[in-house]
Amino acid sequence: MKPFTYESADSADALAELEPGASDRYLAGGTNLVDLMKHEIEQPARLLDISRLEYNDIDQTQAGLRIGALVTNTALASDRRVRADWSVLSQALLSGATVQLRNRATTAGNLLQRTRCYYFYDTARPCNKRNPGEGCSAVGGFTRIHAIFGASDSCIATHPSDMAVAMMALDAEVITLNSAGDSRRLGLDEFYKAPGDRPDIESELRSGEWITHVELPSSPGGTQIYRKVRDRSSYAFALVSVACVLRMEGDRIADIRLALGGVAHKPWRARKAEAAMKGEVASEALFESAVNAELDMARSYGGNDFKIPLARRTLLAVLRDAESACRRSANKANDIEQGS
Amino acid sequence: MPSLTLNGESRQLPDDPRVTLLDLVRFEIGLTGTKKGCDHGQCGACTVLLDGRRVNACLVLACQCADQQVTTVEGLSKDGELHPVQQAFVRHDGFQCGYCTPGQLCSAVAMLDEMARQEPSVVTQGDTVVWSREEISERMSGNLCRCGAYPNIVSAIEELAGK
Repeated sequence: MKPFTYESADSADALAELEPGASDRYLAGGTNLVDLMKHEIEQPARLLDISRLEYNDIDQTQAGLRIGALVTNTALASDRRVRADWSVLSQALLSGATVQLRNRATTAGNLLQRTRCYYFYDTARPCNKRNPGEGCSAVGGFTRIHAIFGASDSCIATHPSDMAVAMMALDAEVITLNSAGDSRRLGLDEFYKAPGDRPDIESELRSGEWITHVELPSSPGGTQIYRKVRDRSSYAFALVSVACVLRMEGDRIADIRLALGGVAHKPWRARKAEAAMKGEVASEALFESAVNAELDMARSYGGNDFKIPLARRTLLAVLRDAESACRRSANKANDIEQGS
Repeated sequence: MPSLTLNGESRQLPDDPRVTLLDLVRFEIGLTGTKKGCDHGQCGACTVLLDGRRVNACLVLACQCADQQVTTVEGLSKDGELHPVQQAFVRHDGFQCGYCTPGQLCSAVAMLDEMARQEPSVVTQGDTVVWSREEISERMSGNLCRCGAYPNIVSAIEELAGK
């Protein structure tokens, strides 16, 4: 680890006085940052310890749920409101990492974690995400874990988070603050950037700005499923994951949100598939054509060719399960109404 | 001077902010029960309890721990008597070489509290957390054992289920 200076702030005002800048890094749980500093991939001149700031609460608001940036993954996954009304988020959190890591990892830190691309970690090889312009070792290399959507010639890395995939399906918004006291609100989809030719810049977060909260709109209800496909049944990153929220009215799809993990530089909202299904009568043929419409945009790099059929099958399996669950709960409601 | 409490004793925090909680405990204080396996949060051999929660000590900077309570494997026994989790590991032969054992023990002790608090895991069905070997395996997946003592580790923890 390279030497750095360490400063701790116990309030937003105290943090503002430290005037955070481009060569600083915010330290909260440290589960990703400390590891990257040991690899000397991150070499901050100054660490600003924000772990004692006041962003620890989960508050129910009129509009939905307001999650403090420092709420741990364990606390968020265990929250009774999250488990009841935004269960896809709890499922996603619990399918990531281990208890030890989830006890430390924070909400904002999870959003901002870096890719696990092998070549990003291998400092002996070129990587545009570490040093823009240097070249990408993944293109033409081993690509088992790499992107099939939205990649660029500069970078085919994937975002590793499970939590963020569920938040993408839930239309989460990121709330930020800076030293001048200016606050911004960004939809998660616009918060994350496509890799383009500067894959080192991963979000819209500006120098000196920090995340204070993540807000979820009111519960979308319906059936919520997070399914993660990986090489081990626990403690492994997703090869492909699917976050699904499905609400049906009779045979029709009233609301459908689909987001994919492990397939792109950011959690991938499958808007083409959603648009093909919304308002339609649910059927196997509809699911297949909707999933195919999304996957027509996919591109693979050899080692990850399997991800396209895997994403297709995982999406279809989740859609079928979600439809069955919607019909079961509709039948149950009917039975109760008829007093049977 | 900022300090933390380690197994009930006050200890000063290091001057160098690069020192991890693991290195403080092992190399500066000399409690070598906590092991440095991978040093990257992947193996769980460095698992300790920080304010009662299990964490990977290799990923925690010691300077962040001012006024916090740390318990290592050395702090589990009371008055010379092994912790019930330690006794269960002995009864069920929950180890072979023993290298991962301090981390497994700290992890298992924390897991009992997590179950009592009804914190869910990804294999939990419904609102209530119910003990099963599947629950134990999932919750212990952050502690690797190269000898493969997993079945006996699960049995040791299972014996303490709900106690």
